[in-house]
Formats: sequence, C-alpha cells, structure tokens
Amino acid sequence: MTNIILDVKNLNVQFNHETILKNINFSVHKGDIFVLVGPNGAGKSTLLRALLNLVEYSGVVKWSTQNVSYLPPHETLNQKEIPPLTVQDFFLCKKKPNKKEIPSLLESVGLETNIQTKQFSELSTGQFQRMLIAWALANKPSVLLLDDPATAIDTKGQKIIYELLHKLWKEQKLTLIIVTHNLEIVWQYATHVLCMNKTIMCQGKPQTTLTPENLKKLYGWGAMYEHKHH
Amino acid sequence: MDGEQCMNTNTINIFQFILVLLMGGSIGGIAGYIGSLMLTKRMSLMGGALGHLTLPGMALGLLYGFDVSLGALIFLSFGVLIIWLLEQRTQLPLEALTAVVFASSVAIAFLFLPQKEAYTALIGDIKHIPLLAIIISIVTSSIIFFVIKKLIPQLVLTSISPALATVEHYNVRYVTLIYLICIALVVAMGVRIVGGLMTVALVSIPASSSYNISRNLSQYSYVSLIFGALSCIIGIALSFFVDLPAGPLIIITSALFFIYSLWHN
Repeated sequence: MTNIILDVKNLNVQFNHETILKNINFSVHKGDIFVLVGPNGAGKSTLLRALLNLVEYSGVVKWSTQNVSYLPPHETLNQKEIPPLTVQDFFLCKKKPNKKEIPSLLESVGLETNIQTKQFSELSTGQFQRMLIAWALANKPSVLLLDDPATAIDTKGQKIIYELLHKLWKEQKLTLIIVTHNLEIVWQYATHVLCMNKTIMCQGKPQTTLTPENLKKLYGWGAMYEHKHH
Repeated sequence: MDGEQCMNTNTINIFQFILVLLMGGSIGGIAGYIGSLMLTKRMSLMGGALGHLTLPGMALGLLYGFDVSLGALIFLSFGVLIIWLLEQRTQLPLEALTAVVFASSVAIAFLFLPQKEAYTALIGDIKHIPLLAIIISIVTSSIIFFVIKKLIPQLVLTSISPALATVEHYNVRYVTLIYLICIALVVAMGVRIVGGLMTVALVSIPASSSYNISRNLSQYSYVSLIFGALSCIIGIALSFFVDLPAGPLIIITSALFFIYSLWHN
C-alpha cells in the first residue's frame, strides 16, 4: 500500500501512571477524511496530540509527509492576553510567512480580504474559526488535523464549517483527520471512522462501522439515536 | 566608584551628557520593546520580581566597587534559571513566585547592606556610570533588539498556543530560554538607571501606553520602544537640570505618556 500517509502501531500514552491510550493501531490513507469519535475523556484529543508529537508516547507514529498542519480546539487558544494582533500579524507568525498569499487564503474560506487588518477581538466566533482554517492551510499542507473544529459555534455555523472543510478537501486534495462529537458529520463526510474509548472499539467505513451495536458499546444508550434521526 | 572614569555632575561635559542620554534611550527603548511582549505574556510582574532580585547584587557591587549591572546579573541568572525550570516542570503561574522572590531579595538587601548602598540600589544612579558600562549597555541593547525582533513571531505564536508553535517546528523551550535571558539582561541594565524598585515600570508602562493606541503588532512594539526611549531621555535630561534622581523622573515621564495614551485612545 503506497498511499498510506500515516501509520500508527501499538501507540500507548500514560500520564502519571494512568493509561490514556492503549494499543492504538490504524493507518490513514492519502485523501481520507478520517474521523475520530468517542465519548468525552476517550483520549481523542490526546491521540491527535500524540500524532503531532505534542505528548510523550510509546509505539510508532510514522508520517510519510512532513507537511502536516493542525487546528487545536478553539478554547485552548489564548485570544485575550495577546498583543494588539491583526489577522495579518497572525499569518506572519508562521514559520514560512507569505504576505501575498493571505488574501487568497482568506477568500478560500469565504472571508473578505479586508479582514486582514482586523484584530482578533473584532472577529465573530465563526469568522475566527474560518480564519484559523485559512491559517492552517497556509503553506499548502497535505494533511490537516482538526480537533473539534466547530465546537464553539451554533449548529448552523457548524454545518457551514464542515461544508467548507469538505469543499477545501476536494479542491486541495487534502487528507483530513478530524476529532468530533458530531456523528452527523461522520455519516455525511467521513471516508473512515475510528471509534475509541482509550483503545480502539471499532473502525472502518461509517456505514459498516457505526452500527447500533457498536454505538451502544461506545456511548451506552441514547446518544446514537439523536443523530441517526437526521 | 572611580571618580575619574565616571560621569559626575561637577565634571560632566557635553559629550558625556550625550552618551548618558544615548545609553538611557537605548536601555529605555529596549525595555519598552521587550516589555511589549512581557505585557502580553503576563510577564510584567516577573520584571518586577527580577528587578527586586537584583537588589542584593547591586548593593554588593556598590559596596565592593564592582559594576552594579554585573552584580545584578549574577543574582538574575539564578532567578531566571529557577523560573525557566519551573515553567518547564510545573503548571504554576509565574506570578506565584513573584512575592517570594522579590520580598526575599529586598529583605536580604536591607538586612546586610548599609543604608546608602541599599537606597542607591533601590532607585538607581545615573550620574556615576563608567564610560565602558555606557558603551556596553548601548551595544547590548542593540543586540537584544535584533534577537527579539527575530523571535517575535515565535513568541507571539507560543503565547497564543504552544501546540501551534510546536507544530510549526518552532523550538518553544529554546525560544523561551533566549527570551528570558534577554529579559534578564534588560533588567540588569535597567536597574542601573532606575534602580531595582522601579525596573518593572520600564518594561510595563511604555507597553501599556502603546497598547492603548496601537492597531497592530509592529506598531505596538515600536511605539512601546519609542515611549520607553523618550521617557528615559527626558527623565535623564531633567535630572541634570533639576538635580533630582533620574529614576523617579523617568517613571513619571513614562506615566505621563500613559495618561496621554488614554486621552488619545
């Protein structure tokens, strides 16, 4: 299989002798929309962080690309105790800044180019999230990891963000690895789903993987029906 | 201090006066510049703690006739090392250390040192500075300026999200260490002109004033630099004419700029 972009073997993470992730094995293929689902505290975010070498782990994480970008959860970004920072300043904080590229990046996520001169505090939550996606897409990454990219936005806004991601995925031939709580997204967009709760419970194509039995195992009663009605 | 090599009010000539102003301008400027980052990383209080930490070192320098900034640096290195280690290994807010560090330093300075030296260490002394120290201060300030200018994107991104900075392949630990060393050097130079008690003002007031009137990052850093430089130049110049200590005059000038920035805002 030559188009494997990420191969994870026997990944384990421990914090203070507590097992957070146990024996995680999976592969991501080029062009996948790979979605991680699981209950709160299942270790989804930790898994993303391990893939990016942001937490200590044991096992093998093998990327076949260097060009990986990441969008952390909205609430972990410090937006208050920062300088008077404009959108343009933020883009120029990239390791390889390209000022000329900024307007087209902003346009690609449906933002007006004049937003460049606005400060963080002047953006709405939806605008901020789009801007972050544009930021993550600078320098043309081949893989984008997103940790709950629409968590701070209302349902309608969430739909728009995921539609946008899907459009960008198509246009830029991206590989997406997404952590989400929104099962609807999995049904609609995922090419591969991985259900986890500290360890992998099930994985595969959504249609064959997200069976009522598997969802029950993963979430217990209730959670699945709410999403399946859509 | 060696009277012949030092700036002295009685013997000062115009050349020396300009040199002292230049030194003040460069130290004030670089303090404003690095202070703009400290304000945003909630490090201003740390500037205060570091300023106080220098007191025993400065007073020892005054007592035994070695350079005050050198004495300050010895004590600062120790402080920076502690802060860096704690930042790496604990989740403690840096402010938590502040009270312990600065109170202990002030206590040591007052307990073991003659009152005259302790007083000078507290509020600084612009009129007794060796020529070599002036030149070293100007050169060091310039070097720090270029180092920080290069590190600003990395420091800003780290303050927004250390994870993002790491994924961008920035070496967060290394950058933080360089940043702290630069802060220590700026504080060691700052205590020379305003004393250990008021160094915190050199790094925090110009940045606060600039924050009030700036729209973007580069404007913010440079306006802070200019406010810092002007406050020191004006304060020092005044001190020669009215024969009052430069430190308090610098801080008051800086505070006036702050009031101006509020009004302008």
